[in-house]
Amino acid sequence: MDEAAGPQRAYEEFLRAGRFMIQRARRTGEYVFYPRTLSPSGEVDLDWVEASGLGTVYAITVNRRRDGAVNVALVDLDEGPRMMTTIAGVETVPIGTRVKARVEAGETPRVVFDPVEEPR
Amino acid sequence: MSHPLRGRTAIVGLGLAGLGAAPGFSAMELLGLSVRAALDDAGMRLADIDAVFAATSSHAFASMSVVEYLGLRPRYFDSTNVGGSSFEMHLLQATLALEAGLCDAALICYGSNQRTAGGRLVSMSEPQWHEVPYGPRHPITAYALAAARHIHQYGTSREMLADVAVAARQWANLNPDAFARGPLTREDVLAARMVSDPLTTADCCLVTDGAAACILVRAERAKDVAKPPAYFLGAAGANWHRSIQAMPDLTVTAASESGPRAFAMAGVAREDVDLLMLYDAFTINTILFLEDLGFCPKGEGGRFVQGGRIAPGGGLAVNTNGGGLSCVHPGMYGMFLIAEAVTQIRREAGARQLARADVALLHGNGGTLSSQVTAFLGSEATL
Repeated sequence: MDEAAGPQRAYEEFLRAGRFMIQRARRTGEYVFYPRTLSPSGEVDLDWVEASGLGTVYAITVNRRRDGAVNVALVDLDEGPRMMTTIAGVETVPIGTRVKARVEAGETPRVVFDPVEEPR
Repeated sequence: MSHPLRGRTAIVGLGLAGLGAAPGFSAMELLGLSVRAALDDAGMRLADIDAVFAATSSHAFASMSVVEYLGLRPRYFDSTNVGGSSFEMHLLQATLALEAGLCDAALICYGSNQRTAGGRLVSMSEPQWHEVPYGPRHPITAYALAAARHIHQYGTSREMLADVAVAARQWANLNPDAFARGPLTREDVLAARMVSDPLTTADCCLVTDGAAACILVRAERAKDVAKPPAYFLGAAGANWHRSIQAMPDLTVTAASESGPRAFAMAGVAREDVDLLMLYDAFTINTILFLEDLGFCPKGEGGRFVQGGRIAPGGGLAVNTNGGGLSCVHPGMYGMFLIAEAVTQIRREAGARQLARADVALLHGNGGTLSSQVTAFLGSEATL
């Protein structure tokens, strides 16, 4: 991993290695996503930590393109931050659905989510 | 005590060009024609303009391009680009510059040939790297996400969204300059092609050509002009995010912050407002802004617009030109909020003229519900 690189590059390199990493401020414990050089409260001592991968669908839409329908979702990670993503393998899911992340390999690796059944 | 900027400047000239479709014209050509019309309207010469405020969807350095095209050498210029809300922000910035004595006659202008140039939303807006892998089709993806969340959280329905489009069309049918005229029912909106759930093509603004310009001077000079001035009463902006992923709550826009500050500066109460010009790029916008500006409780916007509440003859006059949904939407719509407010305040709005049009609220929106700028214009009776 290129430790000297900026956070965007580092995040993308983690993804290429199959890992979904987010930042956490050492002093305040706040989680940060998308990766950046300072946290929303101004902290610069940010560590990379493995995301739990668990989250909840906050909003979702289906982009109905001529070549097919693809959903675009906002997922609230259990750690707090929200991210744009897609829920894999389904046209759509209800808002509030619990989901789990995985890194989808490819030319540009990305984090996608699958719906999960978990006891309430 | 009233705010020191309240009533200190006024719009004395308004010009429009190429509304709808203007095949064969460039954005700057249309802008130039609208500036000429605004000068004629004000009884001013091009050489009288000594400040330029401009933003467009197709010029990286808009004020530079406008200055050159018009052959001006302005004392003050500004290309603040906060998307569709730029022009409401320009009202505030031009007022500051005029009051500081940095200029005497400020031109605010916009032009676009978005419809005939290709008919798709062209944008200089750079993709957000953390969103790119998921292929969002902004702006509609962002607004669809907000609409989906509002439906989930507050029981808003697609029928309620449709009622916003129907009201806009009913106003447009009273406006000979509106691009989309003719009957439109709730059923028509619901049956339109789904683009990004829950929004159909009929929930989306038009893609038109169009240019608009206005001229702002200090209030004492406005009295010499033939047409009734539209006085600047106040304005305020609020901006909390850029990409939709970073919007804290998709059902609460920064209009909830810009609104109260603009109301305070203008020294008006909600019941004083005769006209609301709300930036309706999508049907959900009107609902969100009615809520965030305090015209109904949070979450009630969908129910509020039912039963023709914001249509002609309803309780609240909203987007009397037909809005971005049915009148005109050439990429950025903010200048056209100003145009309709001035037209109503001058009592030149023909069949859609409001019985009372002394206080107009203009709410500009830029980006993906990002920049929110609320402004007030008023007739002489408000001073």
